[in-house]
Amino acid sequence: MSTNYEDRPRGGGYDSDDDGDRRPMGGRGGGRRMHRRRVCRFCIDKVDLIDFKDVRLLQNYLPERGKILPRRISGNCATHQRMLAEAIKRARNIALLPYTTD
Amino acid sequence: MQTKRQYEVVFIVDPTADEEVSRLTEGFTQIVTDQGGTITKAETMGKRQLAYEINHHKDGTFVLMEIEGSGREIAELERRMRVNDRILRYLTVRVDEDRRRAEKLKDRRARKAAKRPSHQGQGSGPARRSAMMEFAEPRGE
Repeated sequence: MSTNYEDRPRGGGYDSDDDGDRRPMGGRGGGRRMHRRRVCRFCIDKVDLIDFKDVRLLQNYLPERGKILPRRISGNCATHQRMLAEAIKRARNIALLPYTTD
Repeated sequence: MQTKRQYEVVFIVDPTADEEVSRLTEGFTQIVTDQGGTITKAETMGKRQLAYEINHHKDGTFVLMEIEGSGREIAELERRMRVNDRILRYLTVRVDEDRRRAEKLKDRRARKAAKRPSHQGQGSGPARRSAMMEFAEPRGE
C-alpha cells in the first residue's frame, strides 16, 4: 500500500500553503527543495511537553489510515517529532487513538 | 535522599461496572499510601469511546491518577490492576524527567530572550527605501 500524503486534503496541525506544490516534471535537484520550508508548529508555539492525553492535538498528525504523519510532510523539527511520536504511541496503547483504521 | 518520582497512571474501567469506579480508585489510593507514595491528583476523565475494541468492549471509563513516590507502589498497583478483570487497560508513565526537561528548556528560552531584548527586523527597511528612491529619481526628471 502506498499512501500519497501530498494529495491528501489537509487538516490542521501543519501549514497548507499552496505555493509549495511540486512541479509536474520535477527533475532531480534544482528548484525542488527551494519551496516549502515548513516550520515546526511546536517550536512556534514553544511547546516543551506533548501530552498523550491531548487527543485533539495528536489527531492532527494522524491521517485517515492512522499512521504517524512523517516529518517531511508536517515540517516538525526532530525533537518535537520524537515527542509527538512518543505521545501518539502512548495514546494508542490505552485506546485513545487507533493503531490502524480501515 | 533520592528525589521522589512522579507518575501518571491512566486506567480504563469496564463501563458496565461504573459504580465500581470510585471504589477502585479508593482501593488504589489505599495501596499507594500503604507503600509510602502520595496521590497528587485523581480524576475521572469520564466515559469515552475506545479507539479499538478491548475484550469486546467498545467504550470505557478513563481514570487518571498522579502519583509521587519511589516506584515500589507502582509495582504493586500494576500487579493489582493486572489481575483485576474490571480494568481493561492501564498505562503508567514516568513524568518527572520530562517535566524537568521542559522546565529547563523554558528557562533557557527565558534567558535567551533576556540576553537580546531587541531583535527586530532592521536592515531591510533602509535598503528598500534607497532602492525605491533610485527608482523614483529618474522618473521625477
